Amino acid sequence: MAMLSDPFDALLEFQQTLDMYRTSSWLGAGLSGGAYPPLNVFRKGDDIVVIIEVPGVRKADLQIQVKDNTIRIAGAKSVRYGDNVALHRRERRAGSFDRAVTVPVEIDVDRVTAECRDGMLALFLPRAERDKPKSITVR
Amino acid sequence: MARSQALEVQEKKELVSKEEKTVPARYYVPTTDIYETEDALTLVMEMPGVDKQAVDVNVENDVLRVEARIDFSKYEGLEPLYTEYNIGYFARSFTLSNKIDQQQISAQLDDGVLTLTLKKTKEALLRRIPVS
Repeated sequence: MAMLSDPFDALLEFQQTLDMYRTSSWLGAGLSGGAYPPLNVFRKGDDIVVIIEVPGVRKADLQIQVKDNTIRIAGAKSVRYGDNVALHRRERRAGSFDRAVTVPVEIDVDRVTAECRDGMLALFLPRAERDKPKSITVR
Repeated sequence: MARSQALEVQEKKELVSKEEKTVPARYYVPTTDIYETEDALTLVMEMPGVDKQAVDVNVENDVLRVEARIDFSKYEGLEPLYTEYNIGYFARSFTLSNKIDQQQISAQLDDGVLTLTLKKTKEALLRRIPVS
């Protein structure tokens, strides 16, 4: 018997889960404050994936630093208009940002990778080997 | 040295539309800048996470409608732990005045920012009248 799966089920569930997690206190605020850019932290197996929305920010304007289990994302978002323009509507914001977050798990700093595409920055933080929980067999 | 003001987070606005959709996908409104140059009207919309192929721009009955889809397959296997923003499709529509040449609309997508250039019709271009 064939089961018709609604392709939007996964999408809807995902969005509802995101709404539910909004007030989680899982992340620790790092040394510097600032709320921009908004980030989402996901778990992929043992590793952590941080996805950040930075539309209009080029790779050259981004600075990412990792130390112990703190990640710092800094950069500048610029909004460029030409000369001789009449501005009718302005909703986009421009400026600099500097944000640090601390994850409560130990990460392997040497294996951290970052990818920036289509205005989304993804940071892959693999968990340090020594921090991984050990399975205990029951005798 | 003057310190530039820190950027504020713009929370994604969910689209409130008069018509209902048949699919339960959530639509958000992309933040847009509109500015006018001598020969064209330019719209700059922020839609992070959108690929070139996933954008639909069309004009019907003088209404310009932009719709963009996110590729959710990238999120497979990811379990959310802490979130600050939601992810969904983008949609926004604008009514065009008759000063816009609807056949000459060009679009460009860079770093999640869609730039639409709407050229003005020849009649709408500024005509300079020399004073003798």
